Amino acid sequence: MFKKILIANRGEIACRVMKTAQKMGIKTVAVYSDADRDAEHVKMADEAVHIGAPPAAQSYLLPDKIIEACKQTGAEAVHPGYGFLSERASFCEALEKEGIIFIGPKVKAIEAMGDKITSKKIAAEAGVSTVPGYMGLIDDAEHAVKISKEIGYPVMIKASAGGGGKGMRIAWNDEEALEGFARSKSEAASSFGDDRIFIEKFIVEPRHIEIQLLGDGHGNVVYLNERECSVQRRNQKVVEEAPSPFLDEKTRKAMGEQSVALAKAVDYQSAGTVEFIVDKDRNFYFLEMNTRLQVEHPVTELITGLDLVELMIRVAAGEKLPIAQKDVTINGWAVESRLYAEDPYRNFLPSIGRLTRYRPPQEETKGGITVRNDTGVTEGSEISMYYDPMIAKLCTHAPTRLEAVDAMADALDRFEVEGIGHNLPFLSALMQHPRWREGRLSTGFIAEEYPEGFGPVAPDAESVQRFAAAAVVLSKIAADRNAHISGSRFPTAAGGKKVVLVAGHTVKAEISPLSTGIGVSLEGGPVLQVETTWQPGNPLAVVVIEGKPVALKVQPAPGGFRMRQRGIDVKVQVLSPRVAELAALMPEKAPPDTSNLLLCPMPGLITSVLVKEGDEVQEGQALAIVEAMKMENMLRAEKRAKVSKVLAKPGASLAVDDVIMEFA
Amino acid sequence: MQDILEKLEARRAEARLGGGQKRIDAQHGKGKLTARERLDVLLDEGSFEEYDMYKAHRCADFGMEAQQFPGDGVITGWGTINGRPTYVFSQDFTVFGGSLSETHAEKICKIMDLAVQNGAPVIGLNDSGGARIQEGVASLGGYAEVFWRNVQASGVIPQISVIMGPCAGGAVYSPAMTDFIYMVKDTSYMFVTGPDVVKTVTNEIVSAEELGGASTHTKKSSVADGAFENDVEALIEIRRMFDFLPLSSREKPPVLPTADRPDRIEMALDTIIPDNPNKPYDMHEVIARVADEADFFEVQKDHAKNILCGFIRLNGSTVGVVANQPMVLAGCLDIDSAKKAGRFVRFCDAFNIPILTLVDVPGFLPGTAQEYGGIIKHGAKLLFAYAEATVPKVTVITRKAYGGAYDVMSSKHIRADVNYAWPTAQIAVMGAKGATEILYRSELGDPEKIAARTKEYEDNFANPFKAAERGFIDEVIMPHSTRRRVIRAFEMLKTKEVHQPKKKHDNIPL
Repeated sequence: MFKKILIANRGEIACRVMKTAQKMGIKTVAVYSDADRDAEHVKMADEAVHIGAPPAAQSYLLPDKIIEACKQTGAEAVHPGYGFLSERASFCEALEKEGIIFIGPKVKAIEAMGDKITSKKIAAEAGVSTVPGYMGLIDDAEHAVKISKEIGYPVMIKASAGGGGKGMRIAWNDEEALEGFARSKSEAASSFGDDRIFIEKFIVEPRHIEIQLLGDGHGNVVYLNERECSVQRRNQKVVEEAPSPFLDEKTRKAMGEQSVALAKAVDYQSAGTVEFIVDKDRNFYFLEMNTRLQVEHPVTELITGLDLVELMIRVAAGEKLPIAQKDVTINGWAVESRLYAEDPYRNFLPSIGRLTRYRPPQEETKGGITVRNDTGVTEGSEISMYYDPMIAKLCTHAPTRLEAVDAMADALDRFEVEGIGHNLPFLSALMQHPRWREGRLSTGFIAEEYPEGFGPVAPDAESVQRFAAAAVVLSKIAADRNAHISGSRFPTAAGGKKVVLVAGHTVKAEISPLSTGIGVSLEGGPVLQVETTWQPGNPLAVVVIEGKPVALKVQPAPGGFRMRQRGIDVKVQVLSPRVAELAALMPEKAPPDTSNLLLCPMPGLITSVLVKEGDEVQEGQALAIVEAMKMENMLRAEKRAKVSKVLAKPGASLAVDDVIMEFA
Repeated sequence: MQDILEKLEARRAEARLGGGQKRIDAQHGKGKLTARERLDVLLDEGSFEEYDMYKAHRCADFGMEAQQFPGDGVITGWGTINGRPTYVFSQDFTVFGGSLSETHAEKICKIMDLAVQNGAPVIGLNDSGGARIQEGVASLGGYAEVFWRNVQASGVIPQISVIMGPCAGGAVYSPAMTDFIYMVKDTSYMFVTGPDVVKTVTNEIVSAEELGGASTHTKKSSVADGAFENDVEALIEIRRMFDFLPLSSREKPPVLPTADRPDRIEMALDTIIPDNPNKPYDMHEVIARVADEADFFEVQKDHAKNILCGFIRLNGSTVGVVANQPMVLAGCLDIDSAKKAGRFVRFCDAFNIPILTLVDVPGFLPGTAQEYGGIIKHGAKLLFAYAEATVPKVTVITRKAYGGAYDVMSSKHIRADVNYAWPTAQIAVMGAKGATEILYRSELGDPEKIAARTKEYEDNFANPFKAAERGFIDEVIMPHSTRRRVIRAFEMLKTKEVHQPKKKHDNIPL
């Protein structure tokens, strides 16, 4: 076994790999850029080597730097993680030349699977079901139409070198095929410098299901069942699970065996993933093979009980796979949520900055439920613009799918993240979505269910009761404490009757003492027993209502709290009946009209204001430049208008939503 | 006897109706509560004890003798906030527009006298059209009686004003001399002369809101210390603020029991100072991490944002915080920030509230605007306030402490009791670049030499140790242990005693 390995990556995956290496007694070497000087993976490693400037192209993507770091530290092998150099055959080759072992597949396998057209050919030859399509080079638009007709509409026209939706077109008829081909070709040329195009059948209501493989250097390959990753937003996976709620045993076996056949065809010797799309009749088609450890590998680990990183390391060191296909089982259900630094309320705009609070839920196995959190950050970490915006991968594992989903909802409620915009409310809301809970998924799920993007979640009747009961109790605890302020000479006679205001609802409540906990009756209903250990100032409250624990994020607000749970984010006031009566007299204030204002979209420095008062500006005209994190952001006019007032001067540092100028 | 008791109830009921249902409805129509309703929100349930409910004006001119409303347009008395007493007056806009008569003033004066005598704060809820014109000079005299008492009470009991409607002309000067002024957005305004007079005299056309609304006074003029969305929110927040304040200067600040451990470690403070000295960070985060329960009642948060002032609790006891804010103007001192913080420091000192100063200051803001505006004297206000303050003073330098601003920000030399610095502190006359350009002017043409000199300066002087070697810094502390260290320091200083030279009063550069 290796004595020391280098992890050519950063963030959560670097930490993940090191965890296993440490468990195996292997010393670890981290590499880092200037931006990651204080990062977790650097702290966690036994040694760390600085490899360059923050942009990945000047650090994590430099094979020479990594090799130099290996030589300097005596690392015998390199684990590449995912992304960066993980699927670069030339890197693998360079390591081999230096006698350093690449913890991953061999160069040939990477090369064979790296090109979409080649990989599809090999897959077809190995007997893997592929999407009907044309793999040869397409001469011209007429040729494209002819092929499309043969395959049968709808078809997808794709750039061979493409990815992320670029150079991709769907055609439902000849005309669209004609146009789509031309567009894809030019986009491919400009985006990838490679204008090769291929056409294939477009699958309606597709699901993304992938098979995890593991091979060794002794000709053994096993499949570790599937993962379903259909919950995606613009091709970015958001929630994954294993197994898939859609596959039957027969399909699973067929997919698994075909994947093994493909792996054997390329002499695959590591962890790898074969991605399929599956249509509504459970026909599956090969999409591509990823020759690396996947982001979502933990769900497979949770249902199989295997440590994929450990097996990758062992196989790379020449060991034989310790398991055969018959040993692979499916135990329970696992779900993974990717926590991204993307603000769901601002159309998932990337958000950067300091994590002022970061408290993941307790990682543990209790009562058959496991919570696991893979992360590379801690409280006080900086989320920079240079790298992937993923903050953490939260996984839950339980005997059944719904139990795992509910455990996820609960774990998300307990996950405290502040300081930056993040998608936790969105993930929380997703866990309550009926289509997700029923497993009726397709890769279009998010786009179909959230066509206007994600907005505030209105609490339903049950949530209103839950928030009200919790708020009444927390408010009582706070009030009782406040009555103990020193110098309090007059007893306060707060009655047991309260009125709770939640998101436009008014709930009458009455507090009564109980032998354990506090009794709360809502709207004259039965007395609910509520227990909590919450103390004023705690940002997380676990309130047990009638034996059912509910975790809420709590911030004090005038007359009550801001409370967050299950994607709901509301102000809850707990008032005496008299004050509630008076509060009802207060006018509803409409949010200020900001359509005539240019607001600063991010915290930053105004470097220049390009117009002056009285100027007529056209739609799209540049108005001001805001520098944030060394990036110049041009702010443009949304419509034709006249500048009536310029409020921000160059050099001013502004917060989000500060007014830069007003329009008449 | 029953009929006599009923008569009392009838008289009370009449008084409680103020100016009548129609005017009460009109008050509600404007989104405002009545004077009594406001006290219901402000005070503990059932705690209000009213005085002078039947007091009536004595004016016999302009037909006033025919118009009598018991109480004469102001409700006065005392009640409690979380069991601690406070005197209150609440002007009733439904009675003669809340205008101030001689008797109206007498009612206010009565509770002010009691407040000073008994050592309890006064909270005034202002909603008044101004002087009772029918009463002429008697009304003006009434104002001045209140003014005089404001001054007598200043520094003896906390005085808080909440402007909940109009407050114009001479009326503004009573709130102006209290410790804190709060306003309600959209429904309150304060000015010495209203928009009509402004137009006549200066031809300037301005709305009441622009001239003296909450936004004007919290952002531009700094007359108000804060503003709230509506009456209910304002009064709930005044209750919150009240819990930070002692009842009088004869008392120590109150202690609120907390479950927040005094030895709580905050590892994230070890990463808050950016590598680049020119990159800002939010000082609010430092305050929140040090404070009990992250609870910070900020004062004047929309004005002079380059300095933060407000109340926190440490191990339950109130502490006033003054902190440079690197996010705004790099945290420099200027006229506005010095005035803001100077006044805050004096309030704390007057009421035995210890002061925690968090320093990250690159110096004073340069420029003609500042010099013409008198930064010399205004900056001196903060220096003076710190130097005269005898309450326990603990200072933590987080990053920059340059030049004269270092001296001002509660340095050892002006008698701070405990001065800590983080290892990231840079205590020097100025930044490395500026210093080398002056010290090595002859080498300016050679960028390489200058770079080397700058490096040398950074290595030798951009740290807390030169100051620590001289004892100006008592200890260089780990950022993560700031809360624990500061709490221990204040705990030790609880028995601090200082004897001042006898004087009538000092002469702060006003």
